[in-house]
This record gives sequence, C-alpha cells and structure tokens, in this order.
Amino acid sequence: MALKVDIEKKFKGFCLRVAFEAENETLALLGASGCGKSMTLRCIAGIERPDRGRILLDGVTLFDSEKRINLPPQQRRVGLMFQHYALFPQMTVGKNVACGAQRSLRGKEKERAAEEAMRALGILELKDRLPSQLSGGQQQRAALARILVSDPKILMLDEPFSALDSHLRFRMEQETRQVIRRFGKTVLLVSHDRDEVYRMADKVAILREGQVERIGPRDEVFSDPGTRAGCVLTGCKNVSSIRRIDASHALALDWGVTLTLPLRPDTDALGIRMHAVRPGEGENTFRCRVAEVIENPFSFTVMLRPLTAPENAVPIGWEMEKPVWKQLRAEEITVHLPVDGILQLKG
Amino acid sequence: MDLYPLWNSLRIAGISTAVIFFLGILAAYYIAKGPRWLKGVLDVILTLPLVLPPTVVGFLLLRMLGPRRPLGAFFLERFGLRLTMTWWSAIFATAVVIFPLMYRTCRGAFESFDETLADAGKTLGLSNTYIFWRVRMPACRPGILAGTVLSFARALGEYGATSMIAGYTPGRTATISTTVYQLWRTNDDGLALRWVLVNVAISFAVLLAVNLLEKRERRR
Repeated sequence: MALKVDIEKKFKGFCLRVAFEAENETLALLGASGCGKSMTLRCIAGIERPDRGRILLDGVTLFDSEKRINLPPQQRRVGLMFQHYALFPQMTVGKNVACGAQRSLRGKEKERAAEEAMRALGILELKDRLPSQLSGGQQQRAALARILVSDPKILMLDEPFSALDSHLRFRMEQETRQVIRRFGKTVLLVSHDRDEVYRMADKVAILREGQVERIGPRDEVFSDPGTRAGCVLTGCKNVSSIRRIDASHALALDWGVTLTLPLRPDTDALGIRMHAVRPGEGENTFRCRVAEVIENPFSFTVMLRPLTAPENAVPIGWEMEKPVWKQLRAEEITVHLPVDGILQLKG
Repeated sequence: MDLYPLWNSLRIAGISTAVIFFLGILAAYYIAKGPRWLKGVLDVILTLPLVLPPTVVGFLLLRMLGPRRPLGAFFLERFGLRLTMTWWSAIFATAVVIFPLMYRTCRGAFESFDETLADAGKTLGLSNTYIFWRVRMPACRPGILAGTVLSFARALGEYGATSMIAGYTPGRTATISTTVYQLWRTNDDGLALRWVLVNVAISFAVLLAVNLLEKRERRR
C-alpha cells in the first residue's frame, strides 16, 4: 500500500521536480501558494501529465515516461478532494455520491453503497438537496463521501479546510482525522497551514518552488526544518542571516547580535521560535529594550531589541502566556536564547 | 390574410436553428478546448457573418450556390437540384447568419465551465461521455438555451440574405419579413401593418421566454 512519486514538469519560469514516498501514513505537502503542491496532486491523479518520471501506487505503474505508460485518471483509483469540493451543482447530494460508485457497482448496489457512505458521514438526510443548499462543512462531507464510495487506493486532500470559516475548520479537521483513521491507507494532504499539518500528518514534506526541500517524520521536520523556507513554513517568525565568526560564534546580521553555539558547516541563517526565548540569564544572555508589546487573545508577543544592537536591527519576537508577561512587565528585560532552541538553517 | 409567410418563416427558422444548435455546440466545444492562436483565427472567421451586412452574406452565398456557380452547378447537374429561389434556400442564409450567435453564446458557456468538475468526474472513474452529458451540458444549459432562443429569433427576422437567395414568390418563398417589404412597396400599408404586428408579437414572446428561462436558471 505505497505511493512512490518521482516526477518532473516544466512550466514557464517554474519547474516542478518532486520525489517522495508514502506508505499507509498521512504525508503533508507543506508549502506557500504556487510552490507546486496542488500540481503534484494533479499529476498523481492523472489530470496533468508530467514531462518525465514515474508514479507507482501499490505496485501499479500509473505513469512512466520511459515505458510510455500514462493511465487515464479513470483507471488510477485515486481519490482527490478539490479545494472547493467540485460537487456537481446540478445533481442532488445523493446523485453526487452515487457518481463515486459508478466505476465498481450497478443499480441498486450503487444506491446502497452511496447511502452507506452518506450515513457514515452524517449527511444521509441531505441526500435530496442540491450542493448549493449545503453549508461548507456539509459540502465537504458530501465530497468525502463521494470519494470514499469510489473505493480509492489513496486519499488526496487539496487544502481541505481553506474554503471553510475558521469556526467550522476545527470541527471538520476532527471529522477528517476520523475519516483518515477509518480509511487506513495512504493519505496526501496539501496545505500551507502549519497547525493543520502538525495536527494531521505523520510525515511532512516541505516544498519550495517546485522542489522538496526537506521530508521526514513530522517532529523531526518541525524541530529541525533545515531551510529558511522550511523554518518560515513551520511557523518560526524570528529568522536572521548570519556571518560566521568561527566554529562557535555567529553574527546574526538582522538582529545585530553575536550568538554562541556549535555551528554546522553549512549553516547560513538562524531561527528562534517565539516560544523558545527564555527570561533571565543563561546561554546567549542579552539585556533588551522592549520595542513593542502586541496583545493576542491568549498571549503577549513582546518585541525585543538587544541594547547592544544597532537602532535599525530587526527586533526578536517573544511570545508567552498572558500571566507570565503581567509578572515580568518592564521596559528593559534580560533574556537568554538557549542553544537547543536555535534552528540552524540553509538558504 | 394568407398565413403562408408565417408558416414559411417558422419552418425556416426552426430548421436552421435545429441545424445550428448542433454545429454551434460542436464548434464551441472544440474551439474552447483548442490552443489560443487557433481560437483567435477561427473566432474571427466564424463571427464574421454577425458583423457583415446581410446583403454581403447573400452575395457571397449566391456566388457559391447560384446555378452557374461551383456548388450550385454541381448540384444542378448531378441531382437536378436548384439551390436558390426555393423556400428552403432561405435556410442557407439564416443558418449562416445565426451560426455566430449560437457559437459565441455556447463558447461563453463552455469557457465559464469550472473544469475541476470534469477533473473530479474523471478521478471518480466517470467516462468522458458521461461527464459531457451529465456534468458539462447541464452546467452550460442556461447559455446554450439562451443561444438557441436568440438564434431562432434572429432567424425569424432574417431579411437581407434571404431575399437575395430565395427571392419573394408569394405562396412559395415569401417569409414575414420579405412580405412586409413587398406589401409596403406596393402601398398595401394595412396588410403590412398586420404582418408587422404578427412579427412584433412573436419577437415579444421569444424574448419573454429568454428572460423567464434566465430567471428560472438563476434560481437553481
């Protein structure tokens, strides 16, 4: 039950070149918009044709440029949920879902399978409605039911929650996690939302400009994203280029301070998550002036500028729970940046 | 009042609309899918009859279909069939004139079709034929219906090219529009006015139908 992808496709001013594998797990493709995430899914589904490469699913060759194999989407048994669900607007929900059973089943059986899928997702009572009469969440359930009834070998979700209001998003995410658990096979999730990815995926691939920059188990990728783009995509907001002074000292150019840490040979930027800043003295201690305090619903973000840094330096963001800042509140404050909280980055 | 022109107008418009219905959809579907440069070239050629004066269309048609012209001569010799000056000759004229209307409205409908619906259908295993008839056509139906009704209305009112290729023979090739002209020319204003009212009534009904259709489609 494995998916193997190694493809290349050229566009004007953009080249998609991705290779990855996934087996009975949820792999998230995390990237900014236009990085080729959705295009990758479309290539796997057979809607787009890569210029070169290979796509294998459960040992079946879906695409192989050398062997001149390019299965039509109808024969790939790949379930792709589009960003806006792509429900057929002129058909009722019931007919839409029954469309998914077209390939495998006939007549009465088809209806039964469709009803089964709708019941499992709690939309059976909506079966005579048109898609335009459904809420966003109901539309998503209908789209999922339609895909599941087609008995796909893999489930691919293209920005599944981006079309939903934020209050619905959390609930649909929960439901989708359940669907994924019941499905039990390989799932590809395309997203630009690191929280969503963290909650849903076992494995994460970071895509930038059509390339996989980093792929690995979720926790490894989040604790060591490897590149500047990966760092930003996994939600680290403090990033600075460096000038290497020696093997254990780097001048952080954006922040205007020198940091002490065992530098890797290829590190050319550093990142610090806003939660990794610590109060008081320790490794890399700085006395800082508070440049700005930003109040979030449940936390404060305090922007710090080390006293030794020049006036035009970029402040370092530090996020903490509200009570913590209420105790610490001051115009000048001493903080330290623990070495194990500093991300070493390339690019 | 001899109602032959009404009957003749209706059948000419009906037949040419039926023919153009299929030709227009076919052309629109394939051209909407085609590469951009081809779209540009074919678009100009296929839309030309819409902007040319009907007399120019009539002239060009006569150059092809007249009894001494290539196509006309061929049919006359081979099948003994005269392509001009019969009641159905007008179908050539109306068909050419309404083709762009049908083609353009259908193309607009096909182009505004959300292609991800077809993609979704394919990944679900639906055949291309099924997708065309059950997904694409229903979504494009309002545009196609509007194009058909407009084409029919325009065909009903065709005068210039029709009068050149079918002429005016009472009881044979006379249509409403050529009859009105003939009656006015012979100072029979009273009868001309009655035909004018008939024509206005039909056009009114057709346009009303278009509006009602649009409203109903929008409610869906």
